[in-house]
Amino acid sequence: MGAIRLEKVKKTFGTLDVIPGVDLDINDGEFVVFVGPSGCGKSTLLRLIAGLEDVTDGKILINGTDVANEAPAKRGLSMVFQSYALYPHMTVYNNIAFGLKMAGESKEVIEEKVQSAAKILNLTDYLERRPSALSGGQRQRVAIGRAIVRNPAAFLFDEPLSNLDAALRVNMRLEITGLHQELKTTMIYVTHDQVEAMTMADKIVVLQAGRVEQVGKPMELYNNPANKFVAGFIGSPKMNFLGGELAQKRDCHEIGIRPEHIAVSTESGEIPATVKIAEHLGAETYLHVEADGLGPMTVRATGEIPLGEHDKIFLTPEQDRIHRFDAHGLALGNS
Amino acid sequence: MSTRASTLTGRIMSAPSIIVLFLWMAVPLGMTIYFSFLRYNLLSPGMEEWIGTLNYEFFLTDPAFFASLANTLLLVGSVLAITVVGGILLGLMLDQPIFGRGVLRLLVIAPFFIMPTVNALVWKNLLMDPVSGMFAWIASLFGLPAIDWFTNAPLTSIIIMVSWQWLPFAVLILLTALQSLDRDQKEAAQMDGAGPISIFFYITLPHLSRAITVVVLIETIFLLTVFAEIFVTTGGGPGLATTNIAFLVYTQALLQFDVGGASAGGIVAVILANIVAIFLIRLIGKNLDK
Repeated sequence: MGAIRLEKVKKTFGTLDVIPGVDLDINDGEFVVFVGPSGCGKSTLLRLIAGLEDVTDGKILINGTDVANEAPAKRGLSMVFQSYALYPHMTVYNNIAFGLKMAGESKEVIEEKVQSAAKILNLTDYLERRPSALSGGQRQRVAIGRAIVRNPAAFLFDEPLSNLDAALRVNMRLEITGLHQELKTTMIYVTHDQVEAMTMADKIVVLQAGRVEQVGKPMELYNNPANKFVAGFIGSPKMNFLGGELAQKRDCHEIGIRPEHIAVSTESGEIPATVKIAEHLGAETYLHVEADGLGPMTVRATGEIPLGEHDKIFLTPEQDRIHRFDAHGLALGNS
Repeated sequence: MSTRASTLTGRIMSAPSIIVLFLWMAVPLGMTIYFSFLRYNLLSPGMEEWIGTLNYEFFLTDPAFFASLANTLLLVGSVLAITVVGGILLGLMLDQPIFGRGVLRLLVIAPFFIMPTVNALVWKNLLMDPVSGMFAWIASLFGLPAIDWFTNAPLTSIIIMVSWQWLPFAVLILLTALQSLDRDQKEAAQMDGAGPISIFFYITLPHLSRAITVVVLIETIFLLTVFAEIFVTTGGGPGLATTNIAFLVYTQALLQFDVGGASAGGIVAVILANIVAIFLIRLIGKNLDK
């Protein structure tokens, strides 16, 4: 059981409002991802939930009880740190066992729990090693093992994959998702990588400057971003924002078109443009173009397209996939 | 340094300093070893003669030798214990964001820059003097009799003085080690339910083990040869109460004018220091390999 509810959680450092007041509901068993650019307060919010920072104001309810003033260990949460924060002088076994030892569990219980965690995470052969003798991915698994054995109400992950190389990151992403399906425990995961957010989350919380911009399922955020910030942050490559005549024609201040929702033609179309750079990836092609009178745009076309620098092309956005925004950047609904 | 010519040039250029350094060490050591096998007393010059190991026999069977050996070990051990424990505690304090930390750090480091003779004089005349000393004055405030430190607790007094002198070194090394402790580790331990005391013993202390090793090794080297503090305050007494090996060698050579005996004592001290060094490196030096 691990339902977490934040009520008007506020954090100030001196005169700086890091988190001006956040309300959020996290259901039991949900995989929630906090995503946002660096410095948006996502890690601070996680640390507030963990109890590593004191809240300035507001309530943090875990299963209905306010824990805002409880010590971290009393909250029944486990955390996986970006740096793993393994204890370097202890073996993997002792690292995983440390929390249980502090909780005063008997030797037999510790042995059993550590062994079962090691089995889940494929660490059985490494239990007697020290962290310095492990690879990045193995260290990551030890950090997760340390979190699992305490049987927490929720797991907190603070950018756990950012120290791994790209290939390993994809693997660990799958492993963590698999772990969530197996354990069905609430997980809160902080990342600045929107791909991780999209692939792993049941629910994404997009943060900017300490404010929650939008909460929703990945596809909701992708299809119906509440504002320009979310629209630009979710999806890769970034959404194109166009003003001027094209927007006026659609009764709004600015329109947003995702690179993948634009058809490319060499003969005719709505927006004439010139190719600046073409990135050929095989499965798809990214065209960085200069649209006449509108500025730079990105287009993502499937398959191989034989286009290169200086080629003249015509772009036609999918009409029902155009996002409209008012002067304050708020979404007006699809046209 | 790749061609044969440049290697040769390098050797020729560095040779003078290496030769000087070697002679600097080898000549005094060789002369000391040679003297230690002579009957060589400054009161009867020109009467030097080879007497084999007799000097060593006298030195090693002298009751003063065992007393000063015990004093040396007690002095080194006590000062090490005080500076390491005190250094950790002070380091922990100075690592906290307390008011006036910058000034405090400076004050803690200060004693290290005071030369041993001055240190000894300050303690002897200003602090521990039974008539005009600060401690006597404090005792009088409470109506207590003044303690005559150098008469009643001579070795303890020396230990206090030397500890005061070496505490800053320990604090300096241990504080930098504390500052390099990853904050995430402490937080992870906090999440794991460890309180401040558990965090200290399970996280902080193991992290400090290398720094403690460095402090112990370096301090031991210098503490085996403590001399100025003893010379200035107690002169090795009362009796032999504060005579360590270094001071014993001094009394042999310059108070009894027995150069041969003092040389033998010096060689014994060198051998003892090496035994301690080997022992220490075996025992804790492996901490440095990590």
